[in-house]
Amino acid sequence: MSIGHESGVWPSLGETLHVLTFQGGFNTSVVLVGVTLLGVAAGLVGTFAVLRRRALMSDTLSHATLPGITLAFIVAVMLGASGRSLPVLLAGAALSGILGVLTVQFISRHTRLPEDAAMGAVLSVFFGLGFVMLSYIQTMATGEQGGIGKFIYGQTATMGVTDATVIGIVALGTTLASLLLFKEFRLVCFDPDYATVLGWRISLIDLAMMALVVAVTVVGLRAVGLILVIALVVIPPAAARFWTERLWVMAVVAALLGGLSGYLGAAASALFPRFPAGGIIVLVAGFFFLLSLLFAPARGVLAAGFRQLRLRRDIASQHLLRGLFEAGEAGGGEVVPAAALRSRVHGPAARLALARLTWQGLIARRPDGLRLTPKGREEALRITRNHRLWEQFLMAYADLAPSHVDHSADLVEHVLSSDMVEELERQLKARGRLPRHAGPPPSPHPLASGA
Amino acid sequence: MSFLAGHSAEPSSPLSSRPEHRPGSPLAVHGLTVAYNKKPVLWDVEWDAPEGRLIAIVGPNGAGKSTLVKACLGLVPVVSGQVAFFGSSLRRSRRLVGYVPQRGSVDWDFPVSALEVVTMGRYGMLGWCRPVTRRHREAALACLDQVGMADYAGRQISQLSGGQQQRVFLARALAQEAQLYFMDEPFAGVDAATERAIVDVLKRLKENGRTVIVVHHDLQTVRDYFDEVLLLNMRVVAAGPVDEVFTIENLRKTYGARLALLEQASSALADLARVS
Repeated sequence: MSIGHESGVWPSLGETLHVLTFQGGFNTSVVLVGVTLLGVAAGLVGTFAVLRRRALMSDTLSHATLPGITLAFIVAVMLGASGRSLPVLLAGAALSGILGVLTVQFISRHTRLPEDAAMGAVLSVFFGLGFVMLSYIQTMATGEQGGIGKFIYGQTATMGVTDATVIGIVALGTTLASLLLFKEFRLVCFDPDYATVLGWRISLIDLAMMALVVAVTVVGLRAVGLILVIALVVIPPAAARFWTERLWVMAVVAALLGGLSGYLGAAASALFPRFPAGGIIVLVAGFFFLLSLLFAPARGVLAAGFRQLRLRRDIASQHLLRGLFEAGEAGGGEVVPAAALRSRVHGPAARLALARLTWQGLIARRPDGLRLTPKGREEALRITRNHRLWEQFLMAYADLAPSHVDHSADLVEHVLSSDMVEELERQLKARGRLPRHAGPPPSPHPLASGA
Repeated sequence: MSFLAGHSAEPSSPLSSRPEHRPGSPLAVHGLTVAYNKKPVLWDVEWDAPEGRLIAIVGPNGAGKSTLVKACLGLVPVVSGQVAFFGSSLRRSRRLVGYVPQRGSVDWDFPVSALEVVTMGRYGMLGWCRPVTRRHREAALACLDQVGMADYAGRQISQLSGGQQQRVFLARALAQEAQLYFMDEPFAGVDAATERAIVDVLKRLKENGRTVIVVHHDLQTVRDYFDEVLLLNMRVVAAGPVDEVFTIENLRKTYGARLALLEQASSALADLARVS
């Protein structure tokens, strides 16, 4: 299906579109569909594997497939069969991959070695064994050695229709199975002990999950390669987690990102047949991961930073309003010189707050300082009242000295919700510390502002 | 009932008060021994939980309170002994047993909502691969309402306070509609509103004839909240109605010298002294 350029020249836009819209020939289209389905299945199964903290187990699994692949190749060639038969090689891969996982489980069950150490040991020993067998294969008198390399780095461009169909069918089956077991996987990932109490056999559900990971990993070997196939299981779910707080949304997003990575990766591999498909697929997935990490509104880095800034701005706003109010209370004039507020309000968040309060019409700027507007006074009154109520509460219940309550109250007042204020009022009323008027109680400590 | 016959032949421990096993008791523990890494945590525990009562398991840190609950539920391996639920095996009684684990036992950053967690209490009634139906979701919502958390149904669980998370766990157990409930330290570190909600639920469960076994650490509230108490320190020190068993003498036996160090416990003792 080599429609790309051996020389590595960029394909034309027309060629690219042809491949992407499934017009690049029957073979290319089947491979594209197969690898896309593989990405969907890997994203879905990976969601549960990641939440069950089995991500590294699938890496052990994929590396442990190498001796199985090589042994299957050697046996097939010795028996006079073709060393290129995908089902034979994948059967070998699955067997040695499962053996690797079982070895890890045996070690961590019967020794006190931490599981990650057991995985590191098993992964490297299996991989090393595979490598030694690989060099033996190079000396064998058969012309089929070239096929083995594809399992290490991944190759989609030379994949045949049969191979792609096998991958697609297994991927589809895996997808269906993980949808059917969604409820079981959700509970076992969240609270396995509770699942046991409900009478579920955790080991059986874990076995089903591991079987699905094995299926995805093993059929993914041919397309992505055994070094990188873990990426397809781990990266899309990890990226999806940034977008949502819902498991099913996470699963859908992971499946979409996985599918898209597979699709774009396979298309790129068709256009640049000399590039390893695995690397391209993983780079595409990694690009989505980076985007999610930075820009996802639910848990992304920028969104978190933005929320932090907004919180700081709100706190600065409240400080500013209360500062102006207390300055008036302490006998200063209506207009407070900006310098008098500097101890309370400084930094970028404060400048942002001041700009916003002015824009909202709560604070008026005067040539000689700042002044609360009537609307701003109302808001400042409410904020000051909450602050003083909280101070009263701390003095009543936490036995704080009046000179210390200001600072402690500052830390909490900004997160007071309206029902917490009501509760505060109720408790203070019971102690006879709530003022009868609706305004703030007098401050328990001397006010610094206006000075 | 084979273990009943074997029971009389066993030498009785001087510390344990051994009530007769009643057939059909919601929980009958016989000769239960549990060890972690060869170090015994529970030693030959013998206990019958009376039906329809609120029962506190009380004892010092490391006494094996949580371990007893987990061993009964098959969550930790048992060295020897048997546990019977309603005169039957655990496997056959799963549907009758509800569980509120310690809040710290799960990752609260998990991507599920409060309602989805409560719905998990219904999973035991659903077969494998069967989806959650509307009927079960509505039942779960009603349970959330019972603990005063209906307004938080759609909240992701990490956005709840510790007390609210505890109430979600309680609602999940309620959704199981069990006959016997185990609660592992439900009052630990919760706010006043949650404490009230838990006490309300306990009362309601008792009114409906359910048995509730609660691992409890606050000696001062034992008398107010519970009918029965099991004093545990690796083995059963005493078990029975609070009025009879929750005595200074028995608490001394349970807590040993450490009791004097616990201000909370000593004030509870002062309360007791005043009563008696």
